[in-house]
Amino acid sequence: MSEPGTPIVSLRDVGKTFESGIVALDDFSLDVNAGEFVSLLGPSGCGKSTALRMVAGLSTASIGTVELPEGNIGFVFQDPTLMPWADVAANARLPLKLSGADAAQSNEAVARALARVGLADFAKAYPRELSGGMKMRASIARALVTEPALLLMDEPFAALDEITRFKLNNDLLKLWQELRRTVVFVTHSVFESVYLSQRIVVMTSRPGRVFADIPIDAPYPRDERFRTSAEFAGHCRVVSEALGQAMTEQAA
Amino acid sequence: MNALRIALPILVLVLVVLAWDLVVRLFGIPPFVLPGPGLVLATLIADGSLLWQSLLTTLAITFEGFALAAFGGIVFAIAFNHWRLVEYSLYPYAVILQVTPVIAVAPLLLIYLPQPLAVLACAWIVAFFPVLANTTLGLNSVDHNLIALFDLYKASRWQVLWNLKLPAALPQMLAGLRIAGGLSLIGAVVAEIAAGSAGAGSGLAYRIAESHYRLNIPRMFAALLLLALAGVAIYLVLSAISYLALRRWHESAFRRER
Repeated sequence: MSEPGTPIVSLRDVGKTFESGIVALDDFSLDVNAGEFVSLLGPSGCGKSTALRMVAGLSTASIGTVELPEGNIGFVFQDPTLMPWADVAANARLPLKLSGADAAQSNEAVARALARVGLADFAKAYPRELSGGMKMRASIARALVTEPALLLMDEPFAALDEITRFKLNNDLLKLWQELRRTVVFVTHSVFESVYLSQRIVVMTSRPGRVFADIPIDAPYPRDERFRTSAEFAGHCRVVSEALGQAMTEQAA
Repeated sequence: MNALRIALPILVLVLVVLAWDLVVRLFGIPPFVLPGPGLVLATLIADGSLLWQSLLTTLAITFEGFALAAFGGIVFAIAFNHWRLVEYSLYPYAVILQVTPVIAVAPLLLIYLPQPLAVLACAWIVAFFPVLANTTLGLNSVDHNLIALFDLYKASRWQVLWNLKLPAALPQMLAGLRIAGGLSLIGAVVAEIAAGSAGAGSGLAYRIAESHYRLNIPRMFAALLLLALAGVAIYLVLSAISYLALRRWHESAFRRER
């Protein structure tokens, strides 16, 4: 793994224009350092998912340079995106299976990943038997199973109820502190981004640009006390104002 | 509710058979016009070994036609999915093959092919398309995010096909096979009927045509009964296979709870 503090993702003056003519990203630059938890925050359609897909290598830049990390990347989609015909263990095993990994080692890795997300008892369950939150946990287990240095998450908790989302936020932070992976987290929730991140990149939409880069210097571990603290509220106000400005600027 | 689903169709069957019997007796209809249910059953037993042999012949051809249609339909669907140009080139002809009534094609096939092969070809033609169309639909409706996920892990085309596309297409594929099972029976029967008394066949449809010329109407009914039962059996077997394959994961295999 890279040393903390060195950039492992670097997007420089990147532009992306879709075939339909929509400019998703324009002059977009982003550095993510090893071990960092960064959120991309913006209204829907601001190109934050496009930027994330670019980092994953799932989308290519029309112009600009993209430096991707070496090695494994874990990706969590907005939907759990599980294979409905396979049980939880088989879903989590997929990345290892595709790379032709050794079976015994895979078994261990799958068991470890499922235990990390609290699904050890549900290895044999099928996705349709799980709640929304548990499906998302399975999806995270699959992303973690290759021990990726970089974890990309595309609004993973947007479709969940608030109670489940808070729980998963807490568990994600705990995982991040244990594993010290780099996380790039896309969200449209100010509160979620402040709660989770060390840094929030606020984006404008159409075209997607970086509007502000706001550090959240509150110490970890963060818990429910932080969620209700004046400090948290203060950060949220700053970020909300930045987001509001980003949106008026684009409307003007 | 479950008991009613079984009891009601049986009740309808009993009523229809009783009405049939009553009509035949009341109006004194002669057996060469309409035999009563008792006579049909008696014929079925009396001609049992002959009809049984014919049933086996028809089922064998149906099964061969079905197997070839299943194989061909799935292979072509995979080819269409992989190579768009193949799909553009061939799909229109698959449609034409489907929409041309097989009863009109059968006499031609009988000219060019030996009869058993012509019958098999008919069974194949009608059963092929539903497998092709349904499997193609299934292969094309794979969750885009899952495809992106496979891309992320640099899966080969073969891995995508085997681990993603085929399992994802399984429900539609099985639906196509369920339709194809019944259709291949129809195709086999149509070809045998077209071959008619000139044919050297010995399948159930040939028995029906033969009995028709001999005015052996009770045997026609008996053969028809066997054909219907064969069709039902094929449908049930394929439905059971479909259920077993999908029961753990697909919505179609679950009853909605209220």
